[in-house]
Amino acid sequence: MNEDGNGTMMMRLHINGTRYDVQLEPRVSLLDALREYLGLSGTKKGCNQGACGACTVLVDGERINSCFALAVQYQGREITTIEGVAAADQLHPLQAAFIEYDGFQCGYCTPGHICSAIGMVEEYKQGMPSAVTNNLAATDIEFSEAEIKERMSGNLCRCGAYVGIVEAIREAFEKEVAR
Amino acid sequence: MKNFAYARAENVGSAVQSITQLQKAKFLGGGTNLVDLMRENIEQPDHLVDLLALPLAHVDELPGGGMSIGALVTNSHLAAHPLIRARYPVLAEAILHGASGQIRNMATTGGNLMQRTRCYYFYDTHARCNKRAPGTGCDALEGFNRMHAILGASDACIATHPSDMCVALAALDATVQITGAHGKRAIPLVDFHRLPEDTPQTDTNLQPDELITAVELPALPCARHSRYRKVRDRASYAFALVSVAAALEVEDGTITQARLALGGVAHKPWRAFAAENILVGAPAGEDTFKAAAAEELKVARGYQHNAFKIELARRTMMNVLTTLAHEGGAR
Repeated sequence: MNEDGNGTMMMRLHINGTRYDVQLEPRVSLLDALREYLGLSGTKKGCNQGACGACTVLVDGERINSCFALAVQYQGREITTIEGVAAADQLHPLQAAFIEYDGFQCGYCTPGHICSAIGMVEEYKQGMPSAVTNNLAATDIEFSEAEIKERMSGNLCRCGAYVGIVEAIREAFEKEVAR
Repeated sequence: MKNFAYARAENVGSAVQSITQLQKAKFLGGGTNLVDLMRENIEQPDHLVDLLALPLAHVDELPGGGMSIGALVTNSHLAAHPLIRARYPVLAEAILHGASGQIRNMATTGGNLMQRTRCYYFYDTHARCNKRAPGTGCDALEGFNRMHAILGASDACIATHPSDMCVALAALDATVQITGAHGKRAIPLVDFHRLPEDTPQTDTNLQPDELITAVELPALPCARHSRYRKVRDRASYAFALVSVAAALEVEDGTITQARLALGGVAHKPWRAFAAENILVGAPAGEDTFKAAAAEELKVARGYQHNAFKIELARRTMMNVLTTLAHEGGAR
């Protein structure tokens, strides 16, 4: 973990099943590491201050804002970006649903929305409540429009494609979350 | 962002040793506030001591029914914990009303306590701010102060503490467990954060060589009937204009236990002791709730754009207490 004379460090990152060794300053965010140093430009930079969610990636299956994440802290974790959600040439069901239900217009927020929704559904399946869950003791929370909107409030779409986004998420995961 | 030297702490002792020995060093947890402040050049540390490898990510039951929450437990994991949801629902609700799903996955319990204000003038390095640059003045006093304090402010600073979680912790009699260069100590959550007075640059009573290791909750049966209500400019993902955390126990129509705290109104999570004194022993009903809210807000002071918060705080307290009295505080 020591620095060399240039203020950079050798970091080892595991992204989409591939190991990357890269020499970076500790101030480099995971977002910038992906886009500027590793050629993984699918993850987008919107606000760079945690407000828009365009930079959302999955770390050990949990969604985070990669703009707030210093790359150095995420060594040894399994990072999944939009480039890693499809199986070979088979789109992830949510990617297919975004096409089917017009879940985007310009598309800039889409990688963040898709990674965020994949993480969101895992939280839901684990029984995590949200701010609109009235009964916190409930083990069976409805996969409703209100729940999806609340849980996705960390992702903004300036084109306003929210209607399609919510439909795509509900359609892609409804069967999966049914108990 | 200015570059810095990075070190990962292997244990609590070495973390405290590092912060004591290194010049201009800061602890790094989830980074959701500190990284942002560094990017804005408001914080400019030379060293960051990363805490994420420390074994402080556990929620444990304490003998006697209390709970210990490790400083590195994430907001998400804490809000989802079955015992927290059952025994202290106000805490789970408060956390779930803060930030976004992504941020709650990163943000830690200790980091939440150490959050700095989101006052626009604190963030704007061209503005005068006694918290960021002591002695320069406060542009919020005569500026756009819609989000600012109505209780406990001073002529030096009218910033608010941004946390939702800490409002619930204040109501729940939580204590902050601390390890420093000279040993361990505990501070009640209500004494952890400071009022601004003439030194707003100091947010808390934590010393520079001290590390938060856990937050402890006492066994508190009345907390099973507890609620958090947050009023904000958007339905989700916005800081509070006013929030209320409350727990109530009612026997035969009389309030036997009350815990009440306000968020978004002061430089610290505001425990409403004056209101609690009115509530306990009084009949559970509108007249009592009205008297309690009025007593707490007797010392409130509004500024040009935030005077509405006084009435909003009164109504939000009334709403939460009425809801609790109806839905389960009574037995």
